Formats: sequence, C-alpha cells, structure tokens
Amino acid sequence: MNDEHEPRYIISVNPDRCQGHSRCCMLAPELFDSDDLGYAHVRGEGIVPSELVDKAKLAVANCPEFAIIIKKV
Amino acid sequence: MRQPVVDWTIDFDHFDPRWTENPFALWSELRGTCPVATSQRFEGGAYFPMRYQDIYDIAYDTEHFSSQRIVVREQKVPISGMPPLTSDPPVHTPARRLLLPPFAPKEVAKLEPRIREIVSSILDALEGREEIDAAAEFARDIPLLITTDMLGVDPSDAPLFRKWIQALGTDSVFSVEPALKAGIEIDEYFLHYMEERRANPGSDLISYLVHAEIDGQPLTQRHIIGTLTLIMAAGTETTWSSIGSSLWHLATHPEDQRRLVAEPELIPTAIEEFLRAYSAVTMAREVVEDTTVGGCPYSKGGQVLLSYSAANRDPEKFDNPDKVIIDRAHNPHAAFGLGRHRCLGSNLARLQLTIAVSEWLKRIPKFELAPGKSVVWSEGQLYGPKELWLKIK
Repeated sequence: MNDEHEPRYIISVNPDRCQGHSRCCMLAPELFDSDDLGYAHVRGEGIVPSELVDKAKLAVANCPEFAIIIKKV
Repeated sequence: MRQPVVDWTIDFDHFDPRWTENPFALWSELRGTCPVATSQRFEGGAYFPMRYQDIYDIAYDTEHFSSQRIVVREQKVPISGMPPLTSDPPVHTPARRLLLPPFAPKEVAKLEPRIREIVSSILDALEGREEIDAAAEFARDIPLLITTDMLGVDPSDAPLFRKWIQALGTDSVFSVEPALKAGIEIDEYFLHYMEERRANPGSDLISYLVHAEIDGQPLTQRHIIGTLTLIMAAGTETTWSSIGSSLWHLATHPEDQRRLVAEPELIPTAIEEFLRAYSAVTMAREVVEDTTVGGCPYSKGGQVLLSYSAANRDPEKFDNPDKVIIDRAHNPHAAFGLGRHRCLGSNLARLQLTIAVSEWLKRIPKFELAPGKSVVWSEGQLYGPKELWLKIK
C-alpha cells in the first residue's frame, strides 16, 4: 500500500460521539477546530503531517467520549 | 449529627465526615470490596458506582436513568426544572442546543481579557497580605463576577447569588425549605430582569433567552427562569471550588508549586490533572426502570450518586490514579461529565481556572497552608475547599 517507511495517519471526529469537551482542540489546535456550537472537527482532510503524529495520538488518548478515530493508511 | 457508618458497602453516606475529609482514601478502600456501594439512607435506596465504565454507561443510558433529580436526597422533593441540566431527551436536545453557542470555545475566548481584569483586581486588593483565605477572598468572586457580567446584572448582586446558591445546594439536602424560599426570591429577581430585557434587549444572556425560540415558539417563563438559575448556580461554586482545590494542591506540594512557577507552559496540562484528581462535581440520576449495569442491578426509584470524581480515580482507567501527576499526558478525565450532559460551561470554567492559577503564581509564587488554621471542605455533591487559609512566603 505504502512505499514509505513512515506510516501515514488520518484522523476523523465521530460527530455522534463528540460532546464538545474541546480537549482535542486544546491539545492539537493544528489538527482540530470547533464549530459555533463547540463540537470538534478535523481541519482539512484529516491527514496528519508526520511531525504532528504524537499530538494526534495525544488527542485520541485524551478524548473522554472516544470520539476521535485514527487510522494508519 | 449523622448516624455513623459501619459498613460502607451497604450504608454509604456522602455526608459522613470521613467522606468530606478525604473521599479518595475511602473510595480506594471500598473499590477493593465492591464496585457499587449502596445505601438505604436515601429514599428509594441509593447507589454509588465507582468504576469509570459503569459511570460512563449510566451517563449514556437515558432510558433507564433520568436526570430530573440531580441531588441525592433523604426525601425526594418535587422536581423543579433547570433545563437542560434536568431534562431528558427528547426535550433536552433543543434546550441544550440553544445554550451551546454562547458557551462555545470561540465565544468564551472573548471573555479572556475580562477574566484577567477580574483576577488582577482581586489580587491587587490582596497585595501585601501575609495570610489569605484563598477560597473566600480569591476564588469565589471570579466566577460570580463573570456570571453577573454574562447575565448583564449588577455585580453588586454577587453576594445575593452566593446566598441563593448555598440555599439551593448544601442547605437544602436535608430540608427543602431553604430551596423553596430562595426559589421565590430568584423568580422575582429574574422576572424583573426578563421584563426589562424584553423591552430593552442587550447582548447579555437574559436578553438572549427572552428572545429565543424552540420550534418557532418562545420559551416559557419557567424554562427561562430554570435556565437562568442553572447558569447562576452551576457555573459558580463548581469553578471556585476547582480554583480552591488547585491552590490547595500547590500549597501542599511545594515541588509542584516550584515546577509550575519555573515552567508555566505546563499549566494547561496541570489544570487538566487538577480537574481529574479534584473534580468538583458529582451529579445524580434516578432509576426510572429496573436495569443492570456492569453486572449490578439498579431498581426503579433508586437514586444514583453519579460521581465523575470516582470515575477519575478508577485504577482500571488511570495509572496510579491517586497520585497527582502535573504532567500526566494520558488524561481522558470526566470532570465535566460524560455524554449529552457534558458541562455546558466547561470551556469557561477551564479558562477561568487557568487564568486564576497562572496569575496567582505570577504574583504569589511561594505559599503554604497557614499554620494553625484548618481547611474546611464542602460537603455532599460538591468537592473543594470553602475555607482555605494560605500563608504567603
């Protein structure tokens, strides 16, 4: 699938689970933003630049609602 | 004087002095014996689940667990609604949606300069003091003044709010009289403002609510007063309690105090850890249909003490949960609740807490508990110091 050594990650927020705790937006503002109601979404397509992989994983680990999905592509 | 507890697993009492003084040691002991304590001290029987997963499941199960009673009481009292906190779906959804925009992160961020101004002016007034009651003289006025601002009412009404908040909360657990009496005064107070803001709207929350609609219909007066009462009560003592607990921790852990002064960039992470370890809020649910959670039965009519604080101390969810680690990286705490009732004011609370602790440390980088003076903790469903004498070094 992928020729590079480094795995690539893609993130998304499950809108049915997000309750607007904003932990992801605080931990990784480069990757997440919130809407006018305070619910989170990923910026752009959710492709995680390699230097932000740790931050993405931190956001996943700190979401109390299990709303963030991270996938290796 | 409360009847002493002999067996905590079947007779828990969250008003027992042992619980008030150090609930965490007690829970840690209890967890080893049983994951759900019960009690017949409260009408219909009460449950106290301690596992994160059970608390999560109950918060999500609105079919069996109603939010209409949010205080575990000896005698159930008639329900007086504070929508959306005390609402169940489907009524809950639009009532909550209405309140989300003014409390969303981007709106709340606009309040930052005002919060800083309030915190600075309180600290200015305390300048030069050798001992400070950080709960009553520092923490308490911060959320009260932000709340009077947001409601667009006179800041000199803050003591009135404080009196009502106490009447609705701690004063009315054993007798409903103080809450009823305060309720009459609160109705009268807000009705006056509602009428005024209908005629002369401003950019405050009272104006927002009197002009709001759900499905094309204006809100009922009861709904508006209930929501205003919620905004007055829910965002204030919880926030000042969290500020107080954070300062208590720093006063009693000089190594953490030194580290946050030296590395202020760590403050946001430390704040999340204080929120986890010293969660101010315990909610309640009423069992509306018999069910089982985590293998334990819950009977209709029972009252559930839904302790997010206990969830945050579960060793199955958090490594070394009784240790406060100010740079804890993995911290999906439930201090602001879980599910559809996630604390509406969480962004505002977090901002106030962060600014309060940061500004305090800038001005008062060295402090400890004042010798010879005791710390007085809140009781029941609220955790945090209500009296916290600190000696400034």
